[in-house]
Amino acid sequence: MPVADLPFTRRRLLGTGALLGLGVATASRARAADPLTVGVIYVGPKDDYGYNQAHAQAAKALKGLPGVEITEEERVPETNAVEKTMESMINLDGATLLLPTSFGYYSPYLLAEAKKNPKIQFRHCGGLWTDKDPKNAGSYFGYIAQGQYLNGVVAAHASKSKTIGFVAAKPIPQVLNNVNAFLLGAQSVDPAMTCQVIFTGEWSLAVKEAEATNALIDGGADVITCHVDSPKVVVETAARRGAFVCGYHVDQSPLAPQKYLTGAEWNWLPIYKGFIEAMQAGRTPENFVRGGLADGYVKMSPYGPGVGDAARRNADAVKAEMLKGGYAIIKGPLKDNAGKEVLPAGKTYPEKAAELESTNYLVAGVKGSV
Amino acid sequence: MSDGLGLWTVPLAVVGGAIRVSTPFLFVSLGETITERSGRINLGLEGTLVFGAMAAYATAVMTGSPWAGVAVAGLAGGLFGLLHGFVCKFPRVNDVAIGIALMLFGSGLAFFLGKPFIQPSAPPLPAIGFGAWSDLPQVQAALRVNVLFLIGAALSVALWWGLRNTRAGLVLRVVGDSADAARAMGYDVDHVRLLATGLGGVLAGIGGAYLSLYYPGSWNEGVSSGQGLMAVALVIFARWNPLACFGAALLFGGAGALGPALQSVGVSQGYYLFYAAPYVLTLALLVATSSPDRALAGAPGELSLSK
Repeated sequence: MPVADLPFTRRRLLGTGALLGLGVATASRARAADPLTVGVIYVGPKDDYGYNQAHAQAAKALKGLPGVEITEEERVPETNAVEKTMESMINLDGATLLLPTSFGYYSPYLLAEAKKNPKIQFRHCGGLWTDKDPKNAGSYFGYIAQGQYLNGVVAAHASKSKTIGFVAAKPIPQVLNNVNAFLLGAQSVDPAMTCQVIFTGEWSLAVKEAEATNALIDGGADVITCHVDSPKVVVETAARRGAFVCGYHVDQSPLAPQKYLTGAEWNWLPIYKGFIEAMQAGRTPENFVRGGLADGYVKMSPYGPGVGDAARRNADAVKAEMLKGGYAIIKGPLKDNAGKEVLPAGKTYPEKAAELESTNYLVAGVKGSV
Repeated sequence: MSDGLGLWTVPLAVVGGAIRVSTPFLFVSLGETITERSGRINLGLEGTLVFGAMAAYATAVMTGSPWAGVAVAGLAGGLFGLLHGFVCKFPRVNDVAIGIALMLFGSGLAFFLGKPFIQPSAPPLPAIGFGAWSDLPQVQAALRVNVLFLIGAALSVALWWGLRNTRAGLVLRVVGDSADAARAMGYDVDHVRLLATGLGGVLAGIGGAYLSLYYPGSWNEGVSSGQGLMAVALVIFARWNPLACFGAALLFGGAGALGPALQSVGVSQGYYLFYAAPYVLTLALLVATSSPDRALAGAPGELSLSK
């Protein structure tokens, strides 16, 4: 059969193609006037009582802003799956600001996408962006160690055994800062306090987290906190064993109303609003955003019934100091738990110190090793 | 360290961990033993376990009764098992492939339906304290034994006895060892396998209920951490013997508690290695008990992995 007899001639095909092209062109022009689309990517479920929930709460609040559209994807593993998610958010949803929230998304996945899509802004939650990285990438994080320090202050007042326990996921700087801060806060009340840390090796491993909590309590710890993605298992297990708990990421007090002392919570909303305002004003959002209690990026859960008056006054006084900004948790003279000097007398690492992003030690009094 | 136990924490934690962590291993491996003894492999039990965990948690949240949760988990597991058994009845259907499909399907469906139940708290299953004789809180905590663990232990003895001494056990073994012989004796091979796979699913579902309603006692998508798959491997390791399944489940549970316990007494170097303890142990035991002369003693003859 000759080609001309076919209903689809080459000319018709070309014509259709041109029409299609025209359609795409108008669609993309229409999109430019559209609201700003922000893509948020989570490593776990949005309602995990933990890390992902803290981000999802902020994303939910963003949905109310005029001219902003949010597209989200949950349970995206820290593999090249996140690259596919980012590409689909960019190409299909028209996202121009991406917020991949998990630590392991950054290298090499986010970096590769940032190089490939120079017009799209990528802001990563963690502590990894440097001047050498693409300028359309960036990082943000909160000094939540301040919250763990306050947890430690309250924990020291509640502890009878003088041992407090920490269930940690992986020995990365942010986790180690939290462990150190939790103990240093407790030692600011009673220098005899010690802290046992157990690493589970993964961000979310329910059975191992429960085992770690039990091992801490069997070892004599009577106040437990954690740095895992979803503290639900740790909080519930500790409360069932009769230990006090300090929360992390979000407010977990409904899970253990009697045993929950207080908790260190994130507040990502001001950071996200800042990025969006910059984008809407046609500016490039900041590449490097950091802040603690004073900036409103970190907050504390309300005190539970187990917190006495002395503990409240003590913690409130420290919090008032932190709210002034520039608070230093790591102060010399300070040794690590192997006896090596971390900081000589008279020197401090205030909250914005870059050294805090490469912490690789546990302070004296922490039982455990990196 | 006013009431620390020093190094005694480690054996205590291993015993406590064996009791706490082993139950899902036990139920899944007993279920898989029944299925494999009939001549089929159901790799889908990981999915059944996860779905059972979700179904039990959701039911307990909605009805306030953890036992209703166990019942629904068993029922849901049974349906998954029957589905596997039914599909595998058709000629040229590979049971391993169907199992993998059901594993992904079960987990995916559980994640989808379980979304609204991540946040709420469910009433836990009851436990019996056997540690009242000791005034150490650690011992009391380690010896808090969940009722399902006791049921599982009794079940493994009953199964071991039943496989040898009952008619049903004999039929199951005949079907698993030689389908031709079973047919010649007048048994419907597919029917027996369907029931065996269904029963295996019921047990795996109940194992899931233990995960979400007792230990770790919470529903989230990572709750099983691959325990269902490990339990299937454990059946081979236990040589299809229910009593050995019980021992192997205890061993795996205890080995899993070793890592955290060692860190709590100060052995904190190389915890990733301790976390691999259950797998190293499996390898070592398999090598130690292997025979150069015959392959897989006790393996049912009809099993696709020995055929």
